[in-house]
Amino acid sequence: MKTYDLLDLAVRNLRQSKLRNGLTTVGIAVGVASLVAMLSLGVGLQQLATRRLAGSGLFDTVFVTSRQDYRGFDKEDDAKTTNPEKAPVLDEAARTKITQLPNVTEVEPEIRVMGEIVTAGETHFGFVTGLPMSARENEAFENLKGKFFSSDNADEAILLTDFAKELNPKNPSELIGQDITLRYGERQALAQDSSDRPQMSGGESGAGGSGDDYGFSVVRKMQKLRVVGLIEQEPYGGMRTVSRGRIFLPVRTTERLNMAQFTDMRSSLRGGSGKTYMTLTVRVKDPAKVQAVQDAVTQMGYRTFSVLDATKSLRRFFTVLDLFLGIFGSLALAVATLAIINTLVMAVLERRREIGVMKAIGASDGDVKKLFFTEAGAMGFFGGVLGIALGFAIGKAINIGTGIYLQRRQLPAEPVWIMPVWLIGAAILFSVVVSLLAGLYPASRAAKLDPVQTLKYE
Amino acid sequence: MSVRQSSSSIAAVRTENVTRHYPMGESLIKAVDGVSISIEPGEFVALLGQSGSGKSTLLNLIAGLDRPTSGSVLVQGRDLAQMSSLELAQYRRNVVGMVFQSFHLIPSMTIVENVELPMRFAEIDRTERMQRSRESLERVGLGHRLDHRPSQLSGGEQQRVSLARALANRPALLMADEPTGNLDSRTGEDILNLIRDVSLSMGMTVVMVTHERALAERFAQRFIYLADGKLASEGVRA
Repeated sequence: MKTYDLLDLAVRNLRQSKLRNGLTTVGIAVGVASLVAMLSLGVGLQQLATRRLAGSGLFDTVFVTSRQDYRGFDKEDDAKTTNPEKAPVLDEAARTKITQLPNVTEVEPEIRVMGEIVTAGETHFGFVTGLPMSARENEAFENLKGKFFSSDNADEAILLTDFAKELNPKNPSELIGQDITLRYGERQALAQDSSDRPQMSGGESGAGGSGDDYGFSVVRKMQKLRVVGLIEQEPYGGMRTVSRGRIFLPVRTTERLNMAQFTDMRSSLRGGSGKTYMTLTVRVKDPAKVQAVQDAVTQMGYRTFSVLDATKSLRRFFTVLDLFLGIFGSLALAVATLAIINTLVMAVLERRREIGVMKAIGASDGDVKKLFFTEAGAMGFFGGVLGIALGFAIGKAINIGTGIYLQRRQLPAEPVWIMPVWLIGAAILFSVVVSLLAGLYPASRAAKLDPVQTLKYE
Repeated sequence: MSVRQSSSSIAAVRTENVTRHYPMGESLIKAVDGVSISIEPGEFVALLGQSGSGKSTLLNLIAGLDRPTSGSVLVQGRDLAQMSSLELAQYRRNVVGMVFQSFHLIPSMTIVENVELPMRFAEIDRTERMQRSRESLERVGLGHRLDHRPSQLSGGEQQRVSLARALANRPALLMADEPTGNLDSRTGEDILNLIRDVSLSMGMTVVMVTHERALAERFAQRFIYLADGKLASEGVRA
């Protein structure tokens, strides 16, 4: 029989007992809906967790330091460093090289200095830290009041709300758009003292002339900054050096202002050629790529540190969760499968005579089998489509419910239930396949019917 | 498949010592027990006998609905006993047209759809199918009731639809199992007249099972009497 005729006859037969086949189809729909709702919940939760982790800004970052620094803190690591004095320094060239590594999106120094805000004759002390533009994606800025920095070199500041309250206890929000004055220590390189030269013999650092190798003085400076925003919590969950500040500036601005850092003391002892960094923060495109970047930087001779790729274990966890959700979701579909078998077996019994007639007028066993198969598949298809719609409604309800719950707790609403497009196709396909499997037995029973016996029934 | 020549020409249907036995509990029912008959092309043959004489079983064997326990059933030189179930289905589809005592129309389909059904199995194109169904129904005088359901028709009309369906695939053999059994005598006569006319115009061989001897003698050219599964006697219309 041609496919069109098969479909036509199958749908016609299904419509013959509308109630029974309708109920069976609804059964399948409920099964598919529960499966889809469960799996979508799994997907939603996974995306939520991944989003939170990515938002924390801890899992996509490699911290790089020179092996010359921080020696003696980790004996084991020191043992690996054969000649620490000869280890490469973390200078501008190294920064450029790391920037060029694949999957690296950003390489910024960690800058944190002491500063004072001067307003109306009063001074307020606070740590000043430099933030890269990528910090915008950090969860701390989700509830940003005002705006983020207009550029990575702007004379702008974002304040911690607690600090803003110190400056303007009544209405800290008023500060947004106002100018404040930051007082800080500028690092000024000293001209080389000729008397120091003989002691520097050996020539290694003698390339001199820049004066930076020699030393620096700290000079008090003032800088006008426009307050553009206020944040409630410290960025990066307060876990990073740059988190622990109260006044946040774009990282390039802090570099340009040449603020004196604690770590400058260490570099001044080392001498060497030009400006070096104590720590570079390397941002990686995807948490899964962190290991590769870390390996590449270690290869270059630097000490690296990253928080263990939590997304990997997270994925494992969610695979197991999805499996369990899938199993629970499938239970309803398994029941629906039994309903299909039952419905079709009943149909075979009811339509014995009809099957006999069809065989007598030329239907082959295969035609009869295919017809019942198509009926099962059609119920599966319609059930699948209906189930997707039903599952979608359930999911929307879950999202609205959790949204209301979160809002009552003063938390921003977030979708916990996400139905990916692939799931729609997969669910319908799965529903059809399961229904076809359920149709196997009734279809072969129908095909085996003896026309002589069935036509004897009057 | 064996092809055997009869002494003169290929018979339309020939059975050779055909048997059909059914186990029934402990005993064995010999529904057809060693019957050899030969039917010539274009003949109208009546299979007569009392209930349980084996005439319907023999008809089913010739129609390819049932398989013999032993012996052979040769139609157009091909042995049905040797055919696979798919070949038998094709045989029923292309060579045989069947008319039943209780019409066996599918109640959910209109009469034109009922007539169309065997052509669906034969994978005939839709437009041709419609045209042939119409022709077939017009031939039996029901061209004006295409979209009625079987339940809206009288018994005689239903049997005519059944005949139209049997003719749909233009069979060489028309098998009728008690075609008048559910009809009053006048309607029964009308149907048999129709069967005879159609078989003559289409050049079909007709095998009809009936227990109404008088009716058979009026329409059939030859009579085959069965008793207890065996061939009892044969006769030709005078």
